Amino acid sequence: MITAGRIVRLAEFDRAEVHFYLDGQMWSALAGDTVLTAMLASGNALRKSEFGAEPRAGFCLMGACQDCWVWQDEGPRLRACSTLLSEGMRLRTMPSESWL
Amino acid sequence: MSETPPPRIVIVGAGPAGIRAAVMLVGAGLHPVVIDEGQRAGGQIYRRPPAGFARTPDQLYGSEAAKASALHALFDQLAEEGRLTHCAGSSVIAVQEDRLHVLGEGGVQVIFHDRLILATGASDRVAPVPGWQSAGVYSLGAAQIALKAQGVALGQRIVLIGSGPLLTLVGAQLVKAGADVAAVLDTSSWRQQMRGLWRLAARPLVALRGLALRVRLGGRYHTGVTLERIETDGNGVSAMRWRDAGGRQHLTPCDTIGMGWHLRAETHLADLAGCTFIYDERWWQWLPKTDQMGRAGNGTYLAGDGVRLLGADGAEIAGRLAAAACLADLGFPAPSTAADLRELARIERFACGLASTFPWPAAMVRALPGDAVVCRCENVTAGDVRESVDFGGGEANRVKSLSRVGMGRCQGRYCQLAAVELIAAQTGCTPAAVGRLRGQAPVRPAPVGAFLRDG
Repeated sequence: MITAGRIVRLAEFDRAEVHFYLDGQMWSALAGDTVLTAMLASGNALRKSEFGAEPRAGFCLMGACQDCWVWQDEGPRLRACSTLLSEGMRLRTMPSESWL
Repeated sequence: MSETPPPRIVIVGAGPAGIRAAVMLVGAGLHPVVIDEGQRAGGQIYRRPPAGFARTPDQLYGSEAAKASALHALFDQLAEEGRLTHCAGSSVIAVQEDRLHVLGEGGVQVIFHDRLILATGASDRVAPVPGWQSAGVYSLGAAQIALKAQGVALGQRIVLIGSGPLLTLVGAQLVKAGADVAAVLDTSSWRQQMRGLWRLAARPLVALRGLALRVRLGGRYHTGVTLERIETDGNGVSAMRWRDAGGRQHLTPCDTIGMGWHLRAETHLADLAGCTFIYDERWWQWLPKTDQMGRAGNGTYLAGDGVRLLGADGAEIAGRLAAAACLADLGFPAPSTAADLRELARIERFACGLASTFPWPAAMVRALPGDAVVCRCENVTAGDVRESVDFGGGEANRVKSLSRVGMGRCQGRYCQLAAVELIAAQTGCTPAAVGRLRGQAPVRPAPVGAFLRDG
């Protein structure tokens, strides 16, 4: 199944739908998706690099490289590869300009 | 009977080594605490998907399904019966004498221990390839975790690069699951692989299984390649540029790269626990020193890929041995370990064969162009590292202070070995003489709020 984003779902389609917001737009994903899976099934990247021009989309998926920390509307960041998506999460690929 | 409380034994890691250690301690009547970052026990290689996923162990773990299922069932049963305490989703971020600082959902708590068994596993040993900081470049382990734990491929067209057993395994698993794998590029040459082959005879079945997997990859698999660069556009990876063993140029369009050269032991906690390290030339990395049972001194025991890169079967044995050593040191009757020690020696012969068959690409790293990123966390380049060596000398921690290589949020896990290679080349000394980055707590990022207490 080709998704709107970078990730391709190959198995485990029979799961409940979960909804979340990515940069203010609502998307659906599947129960049991990590934040990383959900974001990359909907989009192309998790965040912008702080040290270069390139977007980032995670690297190790096992909590070791810390490449996948993403922002939430409420402020706290979370590690996308080790956090399961929950209904109504409000995720961002960039910090809000009003915080800067 | 004395009223001495039973010894508090903490195991860090619930992979094959941690589970086997826990099982043995429970068998001796003790109640270990098992701290693990995963939500469900199993570790990385036997990682389990979240609840509600439907694939069978055969589909998830292939030829290793029976071993994986046995470990999962054993651990779950002991946890259900309350014979061990399982702190899931928790990271040990610091070790201070008999105290572990543990970051979980409720913040940081301190857990005391009399004996500590570290079974922290390993992660991919990666070497920088120009362009590897881009979106769409992942470790081989990441590609496998995505498939196993989430049922997804990380991209629509994947190229795998590196060397080692995981390269072939992940390639074959992705192909079987229906992913589009465009090429599998091994930097180890046929000659190198033939030279190491006789040592792999220590475990003929495992070696044959590896060959069968490679056959499944068919024409996608290329040996003795030279990796030139990962081409990118504004979105991330767009192609892999490489040369084959005959020197012919190739440009393989893809949106995803999986990379890895075998494994790098996860040793931060062993470092904080005060273990001694030695540079192991077979593995091209610093490893903590233990006796053959896994004793590291001061009541600390090490088991599994975090101390010797022997794979899951070796980790199960090492977990049992570490627990047996711990029991013996506490004065408990410990089971005979002779058979386990013999089997571990055989597995180690095989593992050393793998290490020489699929070597770390030292020459490739040393030849990196100056603008190639070495540290993905902060985009420190090979040129930055070389300059800081010329300016401040060739000691690893000094180069870290000057260039910030190894100072980013991964704490050097994915750049340290490449940086050491660059420093060694620039100074003309051996990687061992360059030294080792000192581990620093917290070994995982911890939000300040996690240290605050209510009231």
